[in-house]
Amino acid sequence: MPEPGTTPHDPDRTPPPALEVTGLRRTFGTVRAVDDVSFTLAAGGSLGIVGESGSGKTTTARIVVGLEQADEGRVAVRGRARTGPVRGRAARLARAREVQMVFQDPYLSLDPRTSVEAVLRETLRLHFPGTDHGARITELLDQVGLGTRAADALPRQLSGGQRQRVAIARALAVQPAVMVLDEAVAALDVSVQAQVLNLLADIREQTGIGYLFITHDLGVVRCVTDEVIVMRHGRIVEAGRTAEVLDDPQHGYTRLLLESVPRPGWDPDRIAAARRAL
Amino acid sequence: MNALDIQGLRLRLPGTARPVLDGVDLTVAPGETVALVGESGSGKTLTSRGALGLLPPGADPEGRILVDGEDVLTMDADRLRTLRTGKAAMVFQDPRAAVNPLRRIGDFLTESVTLTGVLSRADADRRAVELLDAVGLGPDLLRRYPGQLSGGMLQRVMIAAALMGDPVLLLADEPTTALDVTSQAEVIALLDGLRERFGTGLLFVTHDLGLAAAISDRVYVMYAGRIVETGPAERLFDHPRHPYTAALLASTPRLDNPSGRLAAIDGQPPDLRQELTGCPFAARCPLATDLCREQAPPARPVPGEPGHLAACHHSDLLEGSASRA
Repeated sequence: MPEPGTTPHDPDRTPPPALEVTGLRRTFGTVRAVDDVSFTLAAGGSLGIVGESGSGKTTTARIVVGLEQADEGRVAVRGRARTGPVRGRAARLARAREVQMVFQDPYLSLDPRTSVEAVLRETLRLHFPGTDHGARITELLDQVGLGTRAADALPRQLSGGQRQRVAIARALAVQPAVMVLDEAVAALDVSVQAQVLNLLADIREQTGIGYLFITHDLGVVRCVTDEVIVMRHGRIVEAGRTAEVLDDPQHGYTRLLLESVPRPGWDPDRIAAARRAL
Repeated sequence: MNALDIQGLRLRLPGTARPVLDGVDLTVAPGETVALVGESGSGKTLTSRGALGLLPPGADPEGRILVDGEDVLTMDADRLRTLRTGKAAMVFQDPRAAVNPLRRIGDFLTESVTLTGVLSRADADRRAVELLDAVGLGPDLLRRYPGQLSGGMLQRVMIAAALMGDPVLLLADEPTTALDVTSQAEVIALLDGLRERFGTGLLFVTHDLGLAAAISDRVYVMYAGRIVETGPAERLFDHPRHPYTAALLASTPRLDNPSGRLAAIDGQPPDLRQELTGCPFAARCPLATDLCREQAPPARPVPGEPGHLAACHHSDLLEGSASRA
């Protein structure tokens, strides 16, 4: 029997996409938070979702993870649907293993009383009971660039960057098909952010985990994604290869976002006017 | 006279092995935009708050902080209060945290100037309407509560409030970090217009190098409580002369860069619980030698570049380097 959470490998077929989202809709009251959103994340690919507050990017991510229910639409991981009811503990855990999330604030996403080692052990024990986890914990810490010395540390003894590495290790522990990174580097300092972005690039190369990268930072999008979708008011206004979208934006809103990135010779007055006009 | 003139500011806090601010020199001229750039823990926020006399408990400051020629460090509570409602004002990062949600916008705007007697009630109301108009908001806002406003609108109210006492110095600590990119432009345009119109000196505290490059005349880069480099924005970002500035620029994901790996800076800033000998950046610096580990480099002028200083023993090795290859 194959290990839960993975599909049997068939070299003659191209692998199914890591994630396929079709016709997703979600309304809160009268607000259409997510309005007919569809996209595909290739196996081992990296897809960015950019947009401002209220664009629906976080709601989309939360539906993919299963923290939020969609009113309509389908989410499939490696070709298997994950919308709709799930029966039983084993099936629920299997679904949780498919998609893992790394949150924005490394100071809020870890239990302050739980050591790094205990965080990883708890996750492994929940998903893979009855096996020895010591070696795997060492491997995970090594993979995210934390020494075994960090294993005994409590979150408050770690820096923001180290905490985010722990959150990444916890996500990696269950060998997910997709990792959802919701502004996962936004709270980090520039020099630490670069370390974590490089780490994420290495991990993707080694493991082939697909990344869904939710961010407002177009520089980060350029750096870590192959494809990007731009969301506004719950809808996708532009989608395509990252380089093409950023170099030759077709939608007025994408152009506004790009022009809003501060740089020398930047004219905030013109951007403010363009924003009001759109 | 400078709007802000900080001279040799050194600040020790209880429970630390080294000063959190170590010999900071910084000036802001009237009508000038100065950016203070650094990562968490570099001391940039402490420095800007110091200009309002807002020091952490137990702080033991040395040096001078002159706002419009008066030393903030020797002021008593009364004069500090007058300073904070008049000559110097601050716009904070999170407008929601800086306003009482139960008070109307009108009260918030006029409270400080009427309490200290700077303006009469009627004059304060008039000034509030005038400033709301200057930040692009209508007088109907006076009756509204903070909860009824969006983050961008509330930040504009904060800017109006900061200008109520007609300050010579406006301190803006990451004023756009909590805002969306497109509203960021709006707030920056506003700050810049007001600076020009009222001749206010603007000290802009930020971690965003792109933003600092875009808006400021001069830049100070802080690391571990020290100013490691300062100079005209364009020179400093195009031809950095301190390895930390160069490394920071190289590790920033930029729109005009190719995708792929970034040039990350290994390691972490020095811990406050450890004493520092020599250059604070030595442990992470590719150019570091024994000299750097033993002797703290003083800030030295870059030859042929007025106003450009770098505190690095090997600054000349960076000559001709360009951050944008």
